[in-house]
Amino acid sequence: MSPLSSPHLHAPLDTPRLMRLVVAATLPGLVGLLWNFGWGPLINVLLASVFALGWEATALWIRRRPVSFTLADSSALVTGVLLGLALPPLAPWWLVAVGTFFAIVVAKQLYGGLGYNPFNPAMVGYVVLLISFPVEMTTWFTPRELLPEGVALPGLGESLSRVFLPGAQVSPADAFTGATPLDLFKHQTGLLVEQIYAAYPLFARAELAGYGWEWVNLGFLIGGAFLLAQRVYTWHAPVGMLLGIALPAALFYDGGSSESGGSPLFHLFSGATMLGAFFIVTDPVTAAASRRGRLFQGLLAGVLVYLIRTFGNYPDAVAFAVLLTNFAAPLLDHYTLPRTYGHRRARRGTEKIDG
Amino acid sequence: MHDIAVILLSAILVNNYVLVQFLGLCPFMGVSNKLGSAVGMGAATTFVLTLAAVSSHLVERFLLAPLGLTYLRTIAFILVIAAVVQFTKMFIEKTSPLLYRVLGVFLPLITTNCAVLGVALQNVLKERNFFEASLFGFGAAAGFSLVLVLFAALRERLAAADVPTPFRGPAIGLVTAGLASLAFMGFSGLA
Repeated sequence: MSPLSSPHLHAPLDTPRLMRLVVAATLPGLVGLLWNFGWGPLINVLLASVFALGWEATALWIRRRPVSFTLADSSALVTGVLLGLALPPLAPWWLVAVGTFFAIVVAKQLYGGLGYNPFNPAMVGYVVLLISFPVEMTTWFTPRELLPEGVALPGLGESLSRVFLPGAQVSPADAFTGATPLDLFKHQTGLLVEQIYAAYPLFARAELAGYGWEWVNLGFLIGGAFLLAQRVYTWHAPVGMLLGIALPAALFYDGGSSESGGSPLFHLFSGATMLGAFFIVTDPVTAAASRRGRLFQGLLAGVLVYLIRTFGNYPDAVAFAVLLTNFAAPLLDHYTLPRTYGHRRARRGTEKIDG
Repeated sequence: MHDIAVILLSAILVNNYVLVQFLGLCPFMGVSNKLGSAVGMGAATTFVLTLAAVSSHLVERFLLAPLGLTYLRTIAFILVIAAVVQFTKMFIEKTSPLLYRVLGVFLPLITTNCAVLGVALQNVLKERNFFEASLFGFGAAAGFSLVLVLFAALRERLAAADVPTPFRGPAIGLVTAGLASLAFMGFSGLA
């Protein structure tokens, strides 16, 4: 629809364009994943996108809503891409199918589709899988450059057969699977941070956090900076989340003793930190509405990530933290209402209900 | 100090009575349509639960255990809880008639809130002392109120959502509670 008369300014950033920008911005991070872990992440992303679009089309068809019009907004594509990026490489195809089903059908279409879902669909899919299939969800690979002599990451053909025929494997995947930096760090007790860093090539050959993973995180940081520059979202949520991780990490670092929680740099460039900060917590549907609310939400998500990583059972916690802050977002909105024009003071909390 | 933090963290988040142990779902689903009444219900339940944890501990320690009547524990605790609820009901009726009307039937129904009995029984099973028992009661109630208020704010938003007809109302509410419960599983191992 074109604007009718002069005072209207046509916004060039409609939903389909915005969603495609987000997909494009994941490319640097995806390249990082591909470089370190072979074909797996690419197969994940493609497979998850196809399944996500398929589930979305099925749900829309059952609900008798316009299928091609809704698919064209690309929001299901974004959900599929984000879930695909979060899954471990060479996840069997049924894992992707189950994850995207919960993401698209349960977390999004049951609530009425895009704009109504209270929880981030991709993260719902991820958490359901993590709790239901912990073994499949925690088999990560050793980065390419750190593989022992004579061992190579599976090529395209072997990757495809591992994904689509998970039962028919001759060689086990043990040769090229390995702990992630967060895993390694979590399961070291009684060692100084320095000793851990010296003992494992994953840290010894790294510049910032963990070999390979730091480049993946840098890639997502670059993509995020691009989205910020394109004004897809404001800085509040990502900066809040990064601060929420870095500040407690600095507080509990205690100079690197054996009780240390890890340095701020280690936490910022490990696991899913940058993916979460620039692609997940910024989801406009499930976030708080106001900028102040998003800053608070980001901070809360970051602190939760740090707490669960350091003191909880799970090595990484971006998905849990994002779902928890999604759960808190509507209440945050009640307490961070912006001042309306002409009123001196914003209305707060339950004020309007109890009157 | 450390113990206090662990007990509170455990009762509020890690072993949250609603989202992790699935107790007290009746008021959780029933009084979460409006944020205002959810806050009132949370406050009333906090009061009742803390008081019930304290008095059930006293009854167990000075009445049931010395007299060898521990087989009457469940009935005795229900009686104690009913008395505390009745007291709360009269208190709220006098101090805040508006809240009394908003809460309606759910106020006497705190008696049947299984979280209240659950806390009292678990306090005995885990052999908590007086201080721990009352602290745990308060923590459990704080956790209940926290998720009740968060859930109510979320449900006010859901009221405007284009939910498919078969899932309207309590159905989508339960789906949401399930997803929130998934999120709370992330706290496991914290305390």
